[in-house]
Amino acid sequence: MLALSNFLTVGAILFCLSVAGIIINRKNVIILLMCIELMLLAVNMNFVAFSHFNGSVDGQIFVFFILTVAAAEAAIGLAILVVLFRNRNSINVEDLDLMKG
Amino acid sequence: MFEQAIFYIFAAMLIFSAAMVITVRNPVHAALFLVLSFFTSAGLWLLLEAEFLAIALVLVYVGAVMVLFLFVVMMLDINIAELREGFARYFPIAALVAIVMMYSLGTIVGPENFGLDQVAAAQGHAADYNNTHELGMALFTRYIWPFEIAAVILLVAIIAAIALTLRATRQTKAPNVDHQIAVRREDRVRLIKVDSEPLD
Repeated sequence: MLALSNFLTVGAILFCLSVAGIIINRKNVIILLMCIELMLLAVNMNFVAFSHFNGSVDGQIFVFFILTVAAAEAAIGLAILVVLFRNRNSINVEDLDLMKG
Repeated sequence: MFEQAIFYIFAAMLIFSAAMVITVRNPVHAALFLVLSFFTSAGLWLLLEAEFLAIALVLVYVGAVMVLFLFVVMMLDINIAELREGFARYFPIAALVAIVMMYSLGTIVGPENFGLDQVAAAQGHAADYNNTHELGMALFTRYIWPFEIAAVILLVAIIAAIALTLRATRQTKAPNVDHQIAVRREDRVRLIKVDSEPLD
């Protein structure tokens, strides 16, 4: 029988991989956005697993809203990326030092 | 037994494709591996009897979001080699962070806290159970207000994406009001000194 810990472990591994991906690919904004999507997927995995093992549909409602917000975030993030590339001709994070942060 | 085989196959594919997403050289390949990881996690969600969300994940993510990603990746002319420098330098740090995080998360989510002894295995639903129906009932009664807010968020995302990427080209012949107001007298009026000699 599959336990809840199986699914939670998969979610945890996915989350750690995406954190590592953000550290490795710290120059490429597109890969950074993909890592954020992967992170949200890990969170969704936990929500669905808990929803199943608690016998409640509420966790799946949360996943529904996370999917909505993630889609909006991806659309706006990519729009910003396109504008950025148009203005700076680069998507390297280190070129984005206009505000001297 | 069959469920366990399915679970381990899909989980292995999911972790493999996630690892490929963060290490592969070409962003197009990374996007395609992300598509694979979405497909495999949809399979895992089917195992958890979340059928509607599994299909929604494939339709919304693979069908819309990842196509958008691929579109942007292919549209932008990216210098891959420049973006890859520093990969080897940051790899040990990333591996260290991932291992430490995995250890600390593993002590929480491991079988000793969430195993079958602590959380009983869920009884599968009956054959006539309709996940979409249950989800819709909850969504349109108890969660109707968040549902409306989610709709507004999507509208804001549409407007923001269009407003950000729209190139403002003037299509109309209407006068520019700012220029008209900013005109000063010297720009338009020229005084010419004319000699007042009588004509012969």
